[in-house]
Amino acid sequence: MGDIKIKVNIEDRLYLNRYAANTVSHLSIKDQTVCAKCKEKPCTDFCPAHVYEWKEGRIVAGFEGCLECGACRIGCCHDNIEWRFPRGGNGVQFRLA
Amino acid sequence: MAEKFDAIVVGAGVSGLAAAYTMAKAGLSVIVIERGQYPGSKNVMGGVLYRHMMDEIIPDFWRDAPLERPVVEQRFWFMGRESVVQTGYKGMEWAKPPYNNFTVFRGKFDQWFAKKCIEAGALIINETVVEECLIKDNKVVGVRTDRPDGDIYADVVVLADGVNSILARNLGFHREWRPNQVALAVMEVLKMPSERIEERFNLDKGMGATIEIFGDGTLGMIGTAFIYTNKEHISIGCGTLLSQIREKHIKPYELLEYLKQHPIVRPLIAGSEPCEYYAHLIPEGGYDSIPKLVGDGVLVVGDAAQFVNGIHREGSNLGMTSGHFAADTIIHAKKIGEYDERALSHYRDVLYNSFIIKDLKKYRNASHTMEANPKFFNHYIPASNKAMSEMFIVDGKSKADRQRLAFERITEGRSKLGLVSDMLKIWRAVK
Repeated sequence: MGDIKIKVNIEDRLYLNRYAANTVSHLSIKDQTVCAKCKEKPCTDFCPAHVYEWKEGRIVAGFEGCLECGACRIGCCHDNIEWRFPRGGNGVQFRLA
Repeated sequence: MAEKFDAIVVGAGVSGLAAAYTMAKAGLSVIVIERGQYPGSKNVMGGVLYRHMMDEIIPDFWRDAPLERPVVEQRFWFMGRESVVQTGYKGMEWAKPPYNNFTVFRGKFDQWFAKKCIEAGALIINETVVEECLIKDNKVVGVRTDRPDGDIYADVVVLADGVNSILARNLGFHREWRPNQVALAVMEVLKMPSERIEERFNLDKGMGATIEIFGDGTLGMIGTAFIYTNKEHISIGCGTLLSQIREKHIKPYELLEYLKQHPIVRPLIAGSEPCEYYAHLIPEGGYDSIPKLVGDGVLVVGDAAQFVNGIHREGSNLGMTSGHFAADTIIHAKKIGEYDERALSHYRDVLYNSFIIKDLKKYRNASHTMEANPKFFNHYIPASNKAMSEMFIVDGKSKADRQRLAFERITEGRSKLGLVSDMLKIWRAVK
């Protein structure tokens, strides 16, 4: 069993969902210098909405597409992500499942 | 809004709604606080709801509730790269009332369940986040919400706030979950005409099937993939321990796409249209991760209490039964007028004597055994596929030779003694 060769444009997936747009981010990086030192930056891979991206020397959190699973809160090796629920009524609103 | 209720339930999932319904029916004043725009809007489930536990809360609910399909067949696939070893069970006794379980969409089911709670007298407030428990004299006396003047008071607060349960953590009931105590699952719902679903899955009209997939569906990582049939949709997803997918640097949505394009899976879903994409954490810590369940004026139910039996993909049933037990305890507490930890500890006693904790205890080592022995997923499943292939090839070799070849596939790279020891380990973990 090897690695995956398939590439997916996550925007196409997130586009399927309905979001009540947050005006403020419910996700924030506690200390960017910790991210800069973090070798693997696993959040940029395991986040199922690809919220986290390493851009120009810092982690950018694109909170708008967040699926609110909580994986980053638990999966960040340095406990460096401040994670809250979006304000009541905001964020992703699932219709099915 | 500084009103006082008999009970506040945080979260309108099936655990919280089961608690709210039972208390409201008994005449208690109950408020349910939900952060989504409607109950179910934040809830994600693969899709199997068990009939028995829900029937204990609302008898004959299945005559009225929005359900997708009664499940008449449960298949298990042990998948290789381009092959699968299959087992399962199909039984027509499950095609008849009162049924065994159903596929459901929680976005619809939870709204229906919430409506039943309102009919029973409960108040449901949507679009409201509970930020913290209000504490007075070391006792939980209510909650603070994100609404202006949003403090609400009650004799008891039921924490049904799901796997992330920040409220229980902030009360010190558990430490932050570790990445090997939760599975990260992603799922898509695909649209497909009902007749086509029935043809492809060999089903009578309206009946449903589930497929649990081990092995290549998660690239050999500890976890499962699944395919469930709904009325006019297929749910397809995969989940692995967060620790494993993090270590492998795999993007969950690319793993899901790999599953969808797998040669064994692809023909089942061909021509379908993606409708929605989900991600969710599943509590997988089991017995050893159960947090403190009871405090002064507070109880924890459902996913927040890690009540998921990962081996049998049961969760919603454990959740709703725990909600039911919590409600019974609170109803009794109201009779005696005591809401401290001692009075509410009846909930814990009932849980420990029920299938919920008995089942979690039975499998307490299963997850750890698999984590310590990844070969169950990444060696034995591919090996069993190769062995079956050897068994079925007809090429003039004698059957004795073929069987020897098949056995060699299983033991490849390890001793016979190692094989026996591995089988014993898995047996001990699930016996």
